Amino acid sequence: MIPVTIDGQSIEVEEETTILEAAQQLGIHIPTLCHHPALEPYGACRLCTVEIFYDGRSRLVTACNYPIRWELEVQTASDKVMKGRRLLAELLLARCPNAPAVREIAASLGVTETRFEMSSEDELCYLCGLCVRICEELIGQSAISFVSRGVDRQVGTPFFEFSDACIACGACEFICPTGAIKLPDITDKEPRPMLSEFDMGIAKRGNIYIPFPQAVPKIPVIDRENCLHYTLGRCGTCEYFCEANAIDYDQEDEFIDLDVDAVVVATGYDLMDPRIKPEFGYGVYPEVMTGIEFERLSSASGPTMGKVSVNDKAPKDVVFIKCVGSRDPHTGVPYCSRFCCMYTAKHAHLVRDRIPDANITIFYMDVRAFGKGYEEFYDRVKHERVTYRRGEPSEIYRRGNRLVVLAEDTMLGRPVEVEADLVVLATAAVPRADVKEMAEKLEIELSPDGFFQEEHPKLRPVDTQVDGIFLAGCCQGPKDIPDTVAQAKAAASSTLRVLAQRERVIRGA
Amino acid sequence: MKTRQMTEQLELFGCIQCGKCTGGCPVARKTALNIRSLIYHMLVEPELAVNAHEELWDCTCCFTCVERCPKDVRPAELIIGLRGELVESGRIPETIGAALMGIFRQGNPTGMAREDRSAWTNGTEVKAAQQGCELLYFVCCTASYDLRIQPVARALVKTFRAADLDFGTLGTEESCCGNEVRRMGEMGLFEMLVEENGELIRSVGASRLVTTSPHCFNTFKNEYGLDGIEVLHYTQLVAELIEDGRLNFSGGVDNKVTYHDPCFLGKQNHIFDEPRAILQAIPGVELVEMDRSRERSLCCEGGGGRMWAEGTNLEERLAFQRVREAAETGAEILAVACPFCLLTLEDAVKVQGLDEQLRVMDIMELVDLAL
Repeated sequence: MIPVTIDGQSIEVEEETTILEAAQQLGIHIPTLCHHPALEPYGACRLCTVEIFYDGRSRLVTACNYPIRWELEVQTASDKVMKGRRLLAELLLARCPNAPAVREIAASLGVTETRFEMSSEDELCYLCGLCVRICEELIGQSAISFVSRGVDRQVGTPFFEFSDACIACGACEFICPTGAIKLPDITDKEPRPMLSEFDMGIAKRGNIYIPFPQAVPKIPVIDRENCLHYTLGRCGTCEYFCEANAIDYDQEDEFIDLDVDAVVVATGYDLMDPRIKPEFGYGVYPEVMTGIEFERLSSASGPTMGKVSVNDKAPKDVVFIKCVGSRDPHTGVPYCSRFCCMYTAKHAHLVRDRIPDANITIFYMDVRAFGKGYEEFYDRVKHERVTYRRGEPSEIYRRGNRLVVLAEDTMLGRPVEVEADLVVLATAAVPRADVKEMAEKLEIELSPDGFFQEEHPKLRPVDTQVDGIFLAGCCQGPKDIPDTVAQAKAAASSTLRVLAQRERVIRGA
Repeated sequence: MKTRQMTEQLELFGCIQCGKCTGGCPVARKTALNIRSLIYHMLVEPELAVNAHEELWDCTCCFTCVERCPKDVRPAELIIGLRGELVESGRIPETIGAALMGIFRQGNPTGMAREDRSAWTNGTEVKAAQQGCELLYFVCCTASYDLRIQPVARALVKTFRAADLDFGTLGTEESCCGNEVRRMGEMGLFEMLVEENGELIRSVGASRLVTTSPHCFNTFKNEYGLDGIEVLHYTQLVAELIEDGRLNFSGGVDNKVTYHDPCFLGKQNHIFDEPRAILQAIPGVELVEMDRSRERSLCCEGGGGRMWAEGTNLEERLAFQRVREAAETGAEILAVACPFCLLTLEDAVKVQGLDEQLRVMDIMELVDLAL
């Protein structure tokens, strides 16, 4: 451990610690423009220059890459240093007069003008090399490099052609402090965004991410299919930064055998892909989305913080279409999905709240507001100037930059065309894709609608044919939250009877 | 007319009056035809004055209503059933009556002589299928007699020859397939055609039957009960020939082309990709799509007997709107795969003065240029 004094504060550091690192430990700020903790220090911008004193002499060195090997005294803001830094700021301003990062540094040093000739007003690159270094050190592709010499030095690809080595990861674009480098300059490959599954593809996520705020456990998970470390053996930045040293790339799934006496099956449901009804143009028109996509769009804790906007504008005319896929033997969903009428009313209510002057229309075949407080809520929503029109829309097509919803208003007895900026489809609730597999494993049955079969539709709604296996929630059939919670309580308390027995016979399928 | 019997026979009870049929009906917006309302009438009223519903002739039998009904009610079958009542009472538009009479007498709706049915071959030898062949080519009345459509038949023959297929036609023994006859409500004539044509087709012993028109294709595939014979529309066959490498395109068509999905091929029989595959295989073709394509294609108003009747509806024909949609894509050629579409859309182009901008051509005419 070597003692070092920075701006009068003392600390002991390990050998080879850089002055910048030591200053950071003391909480002393030294400005940098080309430094990044995940990359090797470069010493390009020289802004971190400090004055060091030892052996009766003083020298100016860059703090980012000066390794402390013996006792030192450091002044981070001596007159000599500040004079140098201000000169550097003037040089930078001459190079990139309009780059925000440069202007910020200059302003913090009190520099507003430069005596040097400006090269170009639009120049954004001050040759910090962060892009080049991240591509080489972390991504390992070295698709870009510094080319040419002297005043012609610039960041580029071999022969300034599109680089084959580039994997369109966007790291260079991400790390560039001024936005000087853009992917289309380097490659014609289309970057593939990592879309958040929880946010229904409306938002992006990284390859290491926490799926959603209520995740249990609330710790990040790595997407092994796309993570550069797993696919290319590169990067490893997350492990480097993790202060708890919690990241273990070699961690494998653990398979645990548990002996249990009771099982509660609460495996949930899925939503039907509306492309089974091509007349609605889902997947063709970006303005047509499903109810769950609208949920994420309008969620106050979601990717847009609840701002409902389509094509960068608040939609003026919003149309909700119910029963998309439900109540239709052709789609394999002859049943009613039960919760869509109420969530559609809720969505309409949300739109009214966010966009006070929107025109909101709900096309319906029926309105099933069966629960406690539901009919009253439906009344309330109508009073919020939401128009319910009877008729199941038959088609959506484009007119100009809007959509047209084609339906027969059966009360008027004639076809109508309603223009819309946003159409929300209430899609059918369907059993999860692996429900047959689950049923086989558990040796329980499925009802004709594909959900798990309850032992008796009226008297034993949470029991299965196997004593000790119980059902709760939508895996038994679509239902909303109050009913799900009621079933959950019923299933949980049913297990107590089973657990209290010393011996019992398991009736199986 | 008493409603109960037809309601039970057509099983209309499942209808929940959702309105998806009328909502998707292409003519509902411009005529008095409201199929949902008619079904409701059949359900709740003991009698229906069929004669008062002249708008029944406005239906093009595109079957969008049948496609989209969530309760399997098949609304268009009610229209066909009610038209049957009108036919029986003799109250049908004159031109439709003439077409039916022509089919009865000469086997084709134009009423032209049966013996002239093979004139389209222009002297080239086409094998008589009665002698036995692998592929029976059913030409269609419109392709046989209409001068505008005859090139399509000739192009198909040329293509079959280029691929070295063993094919033949029924020649002058071919009679109208009856697809439109059934849809015009003339069940008696339809049954007679099914029997006669069916017997003739089976006697040929071909394993495959290919048609020019999606209408013929539709009825042979779905209504004739030709078990053991593979029924194809020409787009399916030609796409297959291209994929198997049996057709060589030495020429090309250097144009922007857009494709109109015919109702009887697309909506009703879900054949969307094969026609596009053919177009994209032709060198030089740049295929652009209209907004309303595939399942949402706008009916040209040629089906359901509309080729022979104006109906009650005097509003602008849908074909006019359709060719405007085609012109909007910037396409130079509007490609079709159905003789009725070809005739109605070409008519619409001419009347609107769009013929400098847009040409209507059958896919086979484009294939012919490229072969």
